[in-house]
Amino acid sequence: MPMTEQATGAHHPQPRPRSGGQQSAAVEHVTGAQSLIRSLEEVGCDTVFGIPGGAILPAYDPMMDSKKVRHILVRHEQGAGHAATGYAQATGKVGVCMATSGPGATNLVTPIADAHMDSVPLVAITGQVSSKAIGTDAFQEADIVGITMPITKHNFLVTRAEDIPRTIAEAFHIASTGRPGPVLVDIAKDALQAKTTFSWPPAHDLPGYRPVTKPHAKQIREAAKLICQAKRPVLYVGGGVMKSGATAELKVLAELTGVPVCTTLMALGSFPDSHPLHVGMPGMHGSVTGVTALQKSDLLIALGTRFDDRVTGKLDSFAPFAKIIHADIDPAEIGKNRAVDVPIVGDAREVIADLIQAVQAEHTDGNAGDYTAWWNDLSRWRDTYPLGYDLPTDGSLSPQQVIERIGALAPKSTIFAAGVGQHQMWASHFVKYEEPRTWLNSGGAGTMGYAVPAAMGAKVGMPERTVWAIDGDGCFQMTNQELVTCALNNIPIKVAIINNGALGMVRQWQTLFYNQRYSNTVLHADETGHDTVGSQLGESMAPRKGTRVPDFVKLSEAMGCVALRCEDPADLDKVIAEANAINDRTVVIDFIVHEDAMVWPMVAAGTSNDEVMAARGVRPDFGDNEDD
Amino acid sequence: MSKHTLSVLVENTPGILARIAALFSRRGFNIDSLAVGVTEHPDISRITIVVNVEDLPLEQVTKQLNKLVNVLKIVELESHNAIERELVLVKVRADNETRSQIVEIVQLFRAKTVDVSPEAVTIEATGGSDKLGAMLKMLEPFGIKELVQSGTIAIGRGGRSITDRSLRALDRSA
Repeated sequence: MPMTEQATGAHHPQPRPRSGGQQSAAVEHVTGAQSLIRSLEEVGCDTVFGIPGGAILPAYDPMMDSKKVRHILVRHEQGAGHAATGYAQATGKVGVCMATSGPGATNLVTPIADAHMDSVPLVAITGQVSSKAIGTDAFQEADIVGITMPITKHNFLVTRAEDIPRTIAEAFHIASTGRPGPVLVDIAKDALQAKTTFSWPPAHDLPGYRPVTKPHAKQIREAAKLICQAKRPVLYVGGGVMKSGATAELKVLAELTGVPVCTTLMALGSFPDSHPLHVGMPGMHGSVTGVTALQKSDLLIALGTRFDDRVTGKLDSFAPFAKIIHADIDPAEIGKNRAVDVPIVGDAREVIADLIQAVQAEHTDGNAGDYTAWWNDLSRWRDTYPLGYDLPTDGSLSPQQVIERIGALAPKSTIFAAGVGQHQMWASHFVKYEEPRTWLNSGGAGTMGYAVPAAMGAKVGMPERTVWAIDGDGCFQMTNQELVTCALNNIPIKVAIINNGALGMVRQWQTLFYNQRYSNTVLHADETGHDTVGSQLGESMAPRKGTRVPDFVKLSEAMGCVALRCEDPADLDKVIAEANAINDRTVVIDFIVHEDAMVWPMVAAGTSNDEVMAARGVRPDFGDNEDD
Repeated sequence: MSKHTLSVLVENTPGILARIAALFSRRGFNIDSLAVGVTEHPDISRITIVVNVEDLPLEQVTKQLNKLVNVLKIVELESHNAIERELVLVKVRADNETRSQIVEIVQLFRAKTVDVSPEAVTIEATGGSDKLGAMLKMLEPFGIKELVQSGTIAIGRGGRSITDRSLRALDRSA
């Protein structure tokens, strides 16, 4: 496989100011605002998602003249943040969003927190009230540096114009190196207005920031030895492998060793789903084989992953027989949740490249691992418990089938962005991810409403790709305003609303754990009939309600999109094909689907992964004694 | 649970104390005491943090602290190999009858009387927490009107300095 992700510059996404010594250091006389835009140009930023307002207004004047930076005017700052995240996730470059002080800045809080949980390189630039007014409860003042301290990798308050270029250079450097993450730069209005000079590159002043990328050779040798001695090893692969651009190396390592590969929700696409060594996704809604592979393993080779509670289930019963090799660029992740036998601090690409050599050396010494018996078990589980679903008996659309067909009919290299909930899990199950950076979702934060703006950002970053947002009717109602942005800025994404008329994942938990008491998860017209619009639709709609208020077709049309609706399985492929054929406008399809579909397999929250249920009431039979 | 003393060298930037304090509270650690001051280098501050935690969470909090961009270095000072001091100012009720007894206690603990008035004596004392605790226990029967304590500050024994390398890093980046 060619290392395509390297061409996108995933490893060092932006030109690093320090190595940019070839540029002239000519001094320009500018305002702070001009200095900001010049800095963004120099650091390689080509797109900013944002909304102007009072405090950031000076920056928007020179923004208008920039030939290198495209500003996309969104409809809500949250959309700007998620769009920047989608852009970053799809391209590997730093995503940039901009907002004014006060409510503009606080509207960025959710996407910043989201990017922080998923380690997305993001730079958020906010206007702040004039430095003299800071602390006086001035109009549209919010202490956004204080507010975002726990949800950023780092943040800055800039009150002097001369500090702008260095701060922007440092912000991009911090966001994109080491473990990536969001960085917020809050700039006082008077700093933007002041006269200053601009020269590039500025020198960094970050004595306390030294990410370790080169793994320790002794630990690598120790890891290779364990890999070759193990009987039931698993490569437990997380999003860090994608971020470091290590997917080609991962494939080499997997094929060299023959070790099965589990890709977490954040890592889907880092190893081809179709590859025979791929055994699925682990976690709460992982495949039976993926969950069980980790659970019965005697060696987890954890790469760029963090033993999140959605993967481990009840922590003290997670993978009880396994030794742990844990490689991560963030030393704080190692040993955080699970004690580690071989800790490796380093960039996933360097770690895997070194592991390949070390394993080859073991092989040369005649120490290749033999996992035949392990693969016999894995293959049996994989054959017995494949991901699947039952079609509804009433002839209505199955949400899983809709998502599966969208995946099957999508052009090669299509990027999928999902919201959060059942549709997200089904999109992780029933779309096949073969390439890195083709699956975008809010994994750590679980931010509903992520899909539409993230898809928009991804399309801006990768305009030649088809981008599908797989959204739910609950999620869609949180951020659909960005369809206007798509329509007006020629960002032709495709949106599938998996419309079951409910907050489906919460409803699923109510079905399973709250005696089918559907408290406040019903989005369609109430059964009690006190919504007149719902009752006008008539009894024929009863089994497949979906959210009809608002009418997503009319709503999407009103926002300048092509809108389609599909309610009948017989039309499914035709409607999807119709959407796929439209590439010059944003297309929204309202898929009215069955409301009782559930996501399986499932490990209930707080229980052991040993309790994985393949379907409701169906406990897999692994045929070994400890399960009896 | 065991007591640990962390010396944290930080860039002297606005908000750094908030970053560190917030990190402790966010990750669920209680700080027993905290003392901040500049070092021999005006751009570096030194924060001495005393925490009462198990070894494993301590490792996690140290790693998280290390991730803060403005944190230059963290050293755990072992009490057997470091000098740890607190400062206490205490105002004790005193009249003509008890004043001399109080002054005697002050001398026993090598503390200082820094202010005297007809109804009280104010005492300044430095030392480890054991010594200061013992002194306060002795003073308690007279009536403690007001007490203020600094956080612990600590420095390692011997000729080595924990600031040397951080200073060089700071010089390099400048």
